[in-house]
Amino acid sequence: MLFLYNIIIVPIIAILIGLLFLGIARKVTARIHRRYGPPVIQPYFDTLKLLTKEDNITHGVMYMLGPAIGIAGSLLTLFFIPIGKYALFSMHGDLILVLYLGVIGSLGMALGAGDSGNPNAAIGVSRGLSLMLSYEFPLVLAIVGVILKYNTTSISAIIQKQVTSGWWAIFVIPLSALVFDIALQGILGEKPFDIPIAPHEINSGPMVEYGGKYLGMLQIFASLHLFTELALFVDLFLGGGANIITFSLKMLVVFLLAIFINAIMPRFRMDQAFKFYWKWPAILGLISLIFVFI
Amino acid sequence: MLESFRGGKVARWFKGRSMWLLHFCTGCGAIELPPSMTSRYDLERFGIIPMASPRQADVLLITGYLSVKTLKRVITTYEQMLDPKYVIGFGSCTINGGMYWDSYATINKLDYYLPVDVYISGCMPAPDAIFAAFLELREKIEKGEANGYKLYKIHYERYKANQDKVFKNRGIIEGED
Repeated sequence: MLFLYNIIIVPIIAILIGLLFLGIARKVTARIHRRYGPPVIQPYFDTLKLLTKEDNITHGVMYMLGPAIGIAGSLLTLFFIPIGKYALFSMHGDLILVLYLGVIGSLGMALGAGDSGNPNAAIGVSRGLSLMLSYEFPLVLAIVGVILKYNTTSISAIIQKQVTSGWWAIFVIPLSALVFDIALQGILGEKPFDIPIAPHEINSGPMVEYGGKYLGMLQIFASLHLFTELALFVDLFLGGGANIITFSLKMLVVFLLAIFINAIMPRFRMDQAFKFYWKWPAILGLISLIFVFI
Repeated sequence: MLESFRGGKVARWFKGRSMWLLHFCTGCGAIELPPSMTSRYDLERFGIIPMASPRQADVLLITGYLSVKTLKRVITTYEQMLDPKYVIGFGSCTINGGMYWDSYATINKLDYYLPVDVYISGCMPAPDAIFAAFLELREKIEKGEANGYKLYKIHYERYKANQDKVFKNRGIIEGED
């Protein structure tokens, strides 16, 4: 019973917190721009409005299934990541599984956008997949550093070892944490890596033909995606959390760092982003691996 | 049940608090939009942000005079937007032609070709006037009076006839289409 309860309650909490974080991001960005900014709960208004809009277009079956696959992939990832004390599925090797599952959501969105037949969407999808290829390499280097340091591939065991030793991994292997944080900027699609969704160049990229309830589902997907990736960072480097509140606060700190960088940076070109990711974070990640071996 | 919720009071309240503009600018009125979006006035505090694609937008701003050539694109854009959608006529050019009232290349009354929910008078309307218009549109949406998109469906024959007439005249003048 408790298991089923968790399966229903955890995604709802994740969506609500993710949407709240998107609202905080808009408010903080506005304050940095010296504007007043929208209310913090603005993404709830937006999502509910989008879900109540009528739809008078369709672009095929995959166009409709794309957002659903995205949400399903994100939910699946969410169940394997311990959130506070909730660890729904915890087993040996789930860190490697999470690395694979994390891609499904973005691929679902890419499939849906590809079916919409808009050239801007096709450019956005190709840029998104190239960006994924760029940040996955430093991401894997950072995670391998964590795995070697704690000699386990279970996220719960990594949290347990951090809590018992009293030192969070961000103090033990700071370089790996830095590399993961740089990769996180690309995963979340914040500037300077918001190349796939560049509203000024390619009309918001993959979402260009999405509207109404499909865009609302993509909002929900974005909030879930945000939540899972931040939760993974907090679990691996900040020692998890005793309850959902401290866990959310740690996630908020990580997210605010990304937002501050987002608010003041311009955008990379695709080749610049690729070169950046395969150069500096990769070198830092390799140095971190050497430190872990010694 | 879903249908009654869609047009219901709660849904209308959310719609009034999240109006997404289409980033589509005609004429000189567009120059008043950057001041109203940036730090001094900040449209975003009412939940109003510009969107890049017509599928995502709720509000179509006709910012200023509309040449016949642009009218065709505006109509295509308007028909691509998802219901419910609203049109704001911006400046005196959309009301009676303004200073271009006798031009051969512009239309005079926007209401003949597209259903307009709110007009902003003036040439140019200041950001304060734009805010007043958006708040009026929000009030209309909450009361369920912003029904331009429904009128467009009901009176489509009339709108279509007016549009065809102006496109035909343009063909005679410029020898196109």
